[in-house]
Amino acid sequence: MTTCPECEGALTLGADVIAGEIVVCGDCGVDLEVLSITPLTLAPAPQEAEDWGE
Amino acid sequence: MTGRLRIAIFGASGYTGGELLRLLLFHPQVEVAQAISQSYAGEFVHSQHPNLRKRTQLQFTSRDALKECDVLFLAVPHGQSQKQIDHFARFAPKIIDLSADFRLRDSALYERWYGEKHAAPEWLGKFVYGLPELQREAMKTASYVSGVGCNATAANLALLPLVRADLLHPTKPVVVDLKTGSSEGGAAVNPGSHHPEKSHSVRSYAPTGHRHTAEVIQELGLHDVHLSMTAVELVRGVLATAHAFLKPGVTEKDLWRAYRAAYAGEPFVRIVKDKGGIHRMPDPKILAGSNFADVGFELDTESGRAVSLAAIDNLMKGASGSAVQAMNIMCGFEETAGLEFPGLHPI
Repeated sequence: MTTCPECEGALTLGADVIAGEIVVCGDCGVDLEVLSITPLTLAPAPQEAEDWGE
Repeated sequence: MTGRLRIAIFGASGYTGGELLRLLLFHPQVEVAQAISQSYAGEFVHSQHPNLRKRTQLQFTSRDALKECDVLFLAVPHGQSQKQIDHFARFAPKIIDLSADFRLRDSALYERWYGEKHAAPEWLGKFVYGLPELQREAMKTASYVSGVGCNATAANLALLPLVRADLLHPTKPVVVDLKTGSSEGGAAVNPGSHHPEKSHSVRSYAPTGHRHTAEVIQELGLHDVHLSMTAVELVRGVLATAHAFLKPGVTEKDLWRAYRAAYAGEPFVRIVKDKGGIHRMPDPKILAGSNFADVGFELDTESGRAVSLAAIDNLMKGASGSAVQAMNIMCGFEETAGLEFPGLHPI
């Protein structure tokens, strides 16, 4: 269990998560890159900014 | 004998009355004993609410036929409940009045916003304001609960986290722009609702001075708050877009904390602020028929302006859904009973 660096929402990662993996926050939807496992470090990953043609 | 509470709906032929019927006919702990409509007495309920055809054989009854019941819902036009409240109180120990008649506790505030003296000011203090997210504890022991203004509900839910967390700038105004659906106007017609006039219009109908402002003033304790109404191409739905300047130094993470503190335990309020998916901010489109309120926010860190959004179905969270939720609380039922429909997608 950790927290999202974007919104501080609770985040549960699988036991088999590996460095470099992209995970998604269920609260704010941000893509997070697992930078390291020990210590567990997450950072927002580059994400397409979609304006839906508006 | 079913052991269920007996419900009567006075004013059951209108839109909010129809929604009450749709919800309460399938509620696990109540029985709709009477649907009262003077205009349609003797007609089947489905004559006015065609979605209920083959789901009930209930017929409207006249107002003179009102019988004692456990909970009486009043869904009559503004001004009627206050003139007859002593009469209605003889028929039921619990009353939920969906009109604007008993929403305000202060008769002076009522007179200021409604332009007339209240007909039963001694009753104002007996009613609890009908939004569970604000008045849940008081509802648990209440005999009388008011309805909520749909626009006020959207505005209140958008602003509540900022107020509770004391994040609003103390000297700057709050402005709430509301886009509203046509069902807010009720089932009665007028020249402006004629299809060639109404269809595809974007109609500013109350840029200032809307009566629901009084409910925001009362319930949130705000005084420099201003609502503007625009009717858009929706049948159901309200979207409140509140513009509020915050105290210096407030961050987006502070807003996440404030919104979670206000709504994490709320069964019908969802925070929608998503960087992925199809609907990334609240949108009333997907809430039609549901009691959910979706709230979201964004912070302009340059100016300190927070934009807080709340989307609801005006007939549900903004009227009948909140009323049934209030009944559940008043009667000690599961708060979500009869209200778990999640809406439709796509719609």
